[in-house]
Amino acid sequence: MTILLYLVPAALGLGLLALAGFMWALKSGQFDDLEGAAHRILNDDDLGKK
Amino acid sequence: MSDSADFSGFLKTGSDGRTLLELAIDGIVSAESISEIEGSLRQIPGLVTARLNFTTRRLHTEWHDHACDPSPAIRTLERLGYRVAPFVADREESFEDQQTKWLMKCLAIAGFAAINVMLLSICVWAGNVSDITPETRDLFHGLSALIALPAAAFAGQPFFLSAGRALRRGEMNMDVPITIGIVLALAMSVYETAHHAEHAYFDSALMLIFFLLSGRVLDHAMRQRTNAAAANLAALHTPTATRIAPDGSLVHVPSEALSVGDRLLVRPGERLAADGVIVAGEAMIDESLVTGETQARRVSLGDRVYAGTLNGDATLEISVTAAGGETLLADIARLIDNAVSAKSRYVKFADKIAKIYAPVVHIAAALTAILWIIAGASIHDALIIAIAVLIITCPCALALAAPAVQVVIAGALFRRGILIKSGDVIERMAEIDTIVFDKTGTLTLPESSLVDAASLSEHALMLAGRLALSSHHPLARALRDYAVDRFGRLKPLTDAVEVPGQGIIARVEGQEARLGSAAHCGLAAPIWHDGASVIAFRCGDEAGLITIGQSMRPDAQATIDALKAKGYRLIILSGDQQSAVEEVARGLGVSDFSAALRPQDKLDHLRALKQAGHSVLMVGDGINDAPALAGAHASLAPASGADVTQAAADAVFSGRRLHAVVETLALCKKGRAVMRENFAVALLYNLVAVPFAMAGGITPLIAALAMSGSSIIVTLNALRARQVRGIGE
Repeated sequence: MTILLYLVPAALGLGLLALAGFMWALKSGQFDDLEGAAHRILNDDDLGKK
Repeated sequence: MSDSADFSGFLKTGSDGRTLLELAIDGIVSAESISEIEGSLRQIPGLVTARLNFTTRRLHTEWHDHACDPSPAIRTLERLGYRVAPFVADREESFEDQQTKWLMKCLAIAGFAAINVMLLSICVWAGNVSDITPETRDLFHGLSALIALPAAAFAGQPFFLSAGRALRRGEMNMDVPITIGIVLALAMSVYETAHHAEHAYFDSALMLIFFLLSGRVLDHAMRQRTNAAAANLAALHTPTATRIAPDGSLVHVPSEALSVGDRLLVRPGERLAADGVIVAGEAMIDESLVTGETQARRVSLGDRVYAGTLNGDATLEISVTAAGGETLLADIARLIDNAVSAKSRYVKFADKIAKIYAPVVHIAAALTAILWIIAGASIHDALIIAIAVLIITCPCALALAAPAVQVVIAGALFRRGILIKSGDVIERMAEIDTIVFDKTGTLTLPESSLVDAASLSEHALMLAGRLALSSHHPLARALRDYAVDRFGRLKPLTDAVEVPGQGIIARVEGQEARLGSAAHCGLAAPIWHDGASVIAFRCGDEAGLITIGQSMRPDAQATIDALKAKGYRLIILSGDQQSAVEEVARGLGVSDFSAALRPQDKLDHLRALKQAGHSVLMVGDGINDAPALAGAHASLAPASGADVTQAAADAVFSGRRLHAVVETLALCKKGRAVMRENFAVALLYNLVAVPFAMAGGITPLIAALAMSGSSIIVTLNALRARQVRGIGE
C-alpha cells in the first residue's frame, strides 16, 4: 500500500493545479463574456493587415 | 453653433493612468458586430483599446488621458446604425458582479473537494464489501476530513451567511435546514472518523454544497444578464438635455445634472428632460407619455411644459422650473412607492414550503432518536440515526426546485426580448385572470410609424430609407425603421448633408436626392393633420409624399384574440379622449374600456378589480401608467416606455410585438406548473427516503445516490419548462 504515498498526493496535486487554473481564469476575466469568445475565434481581422 | 457633450460623469481612471469609458450599445444582431464595431474605432484619435462584451452588449473603451473626446467614436457607431449611450454601473450591479465571482470561486472549490473526496469514498465503499484494512480506511477518512473541512467552511459560506441572517431576523428559509444538514454531516463524520467507524458522510456534504451552488451560480448568471440588459435600456433611454451655457454654446448633459433656472434647447423630436416654462419658440408638443392624450397641443411663450413630453415640429427654448425629484414625476413616484409596498408582502411558494418543512423535519429527527432509545438502542446509535435523517432530508432538491425553473423561464423570456425583474414574477404572472391595457404606446406603436407611401416606387423608398439614416429627426427615424424592416440592413449615404429645419441632401447614382419638408423637395403639402405628419422625397424626376402617424402594433389584433381565446378578461384604461379610445377598443373587439383617466383613477380601477377578487396584469408604457403598474398583481411595460414606468413594472419587453404578453403569460404558467412538479418530486423523494433513514437503513453510499439523483431529476425536469406549444419560437 506504499503506492498510496505517491498516488494520493499526485491526484490531489493535479486537482489543485486545475483549481488554480480556474481561479486564474476567473480573476483575469475569462468568464465575463462567454458568448463573445465563441464568435471571436472565427474573426480573422488581425491577419493580413500587418 | 456646435454641440459638445459632457462625459465627465461617466469617465473613470484606470490603474495605469488611462481613462475608461463604458458604452451601452443597442442594435447588435449578429457576431459580425464585434469586428465591425471594434474595427471602426481603430482610427479614433486618443483611443487605446475598444473591446465589445457580446454577452452584456457593452463596449469597454480606454483612452490616453482625461482630456479625451469620445464624441467621434459615438458618431462613428451611430453612423453604422447602432444606438450608443455612456454607461456607469451602479453600486448594485458591481455588487452583483462580485457576488457572481465569489459564488464561482465557492463552486470551484466545492467541485475540487467533492471530486477528490468521492475518489477516496469510492475506495472505502468498495473496500467495505471486500478487504480494506481498518488502517487504510482511517487514512482515507482522515484525508477526506482534511480536504472536506476547509473546503466546506469556504464554499458553504453562501448558505451559512444567509441562514444566519434569516435566524437573526427570527425568520426561516431553506438555507437553515441546509446549513444544519451540512454542519451535522461534517461533525458526525469527524466523530466517526475519530472512532474508526465504517461510515463517514464527507462526500455527501460536499456534493450537497456543489449541487446547491451550481443552482445559485446559474440563477445569478441569469439575473446578472437580465439586469445588464435592463441597465443598458435605462442608459439608452436616459434623457439628456441640451443646456444653453451663458456664452451661448450648447452642452449635452444628463437630465440629473440640471438645476432650476437652466435654459434648455429642445429640438424637434426630442423629449423634455425637466418641467419648465417656454421662453422662446412655438411648437406642437405630444404629451402622450405623460397624460395618454394623443392629440398634439400647441404651446408658446409662457406655457408650462412637463418632463417626458415630446417636442413635435419646431425648436423650443425652455427655462427649467423643476428638475429631478421636484418634477411632476415625483408625485407619480410617491404613488408608485405606496403601491409597491402593498405588493412586497407577496410570499413565494418556496418560502411557504420552507416554513413548514424545517420544523417537520427537525421534529421527525427528534422523534427518531427518542423512539430508538425507547426501543433499546444506545444513545450513540440513536443520535447517529437521527443525524442521518437530517442529512437525508437536507433540502437539496427542494432548494433547486424553484430556482432551476426560474433560470430556465427567465432565459426563454430573455431570448424573446422579455426581461423579468425577479423570480417571483413568474408565480404572480401565472395567477393572472384579468389583463388591463393602456392604449397609447401599448396597443399602438410607441413611436410614429409609416402609414402610407403609395406614391413612391420601391427603389425610391429604399433610397429615402438610406437618406433617413443620416437624420435624427423622429419622422426620419420612423421611415428608417420601416425601410430596415422591409429591405434589411441599409448602407448610409456617405455625403449626406443635413440642412437644419429642412431636410437632407445627398448625391446618389449621379442625381441629387432630397428628403425632408415638402418645400425642401419642391412639393406642396400640409403638415400635422389628424395627428399625422408628412415627409417628402425627391430623386431626379421622381417625387412623392410619405405619411407618418400613430398606428396599431402590427399584431395587436392577433394578440387580443389569442388572449380572449385563453379566457382572460380584457380591459382598456386610457388617459386619452373618449372618442379615440372607443375607436381602438371597438376595432379590437374589447367591450370593457374607460377613457380620460388620471393616474390615480387607473390605480383606483385596479384596486376595485382586486377587491372583486381578480388578479390583474397591467400592461402600459406611460408615466401615467406607472402607479397602476406598481399596484397591479403583475405588470409588463414596453422598453420604449418612460424610465419610471420600467422601474415600476415587473417585466419589460422590447420590440414592436405585443405578442410578448401572450408569451410571458404562457411561459410563466408553464413555469409554475413545472415548479410544482419539482416540489412534488422533491417531497416524494423525502417521503421515500425518510422512513429508510428513520429505520436506520441509510448508508453514505445510498445517501449520495439518493441526494444527487433527486437533484438531477429536478434540474432536468426544469429544462422542460422551455417548451411551450402554441406560442412559436
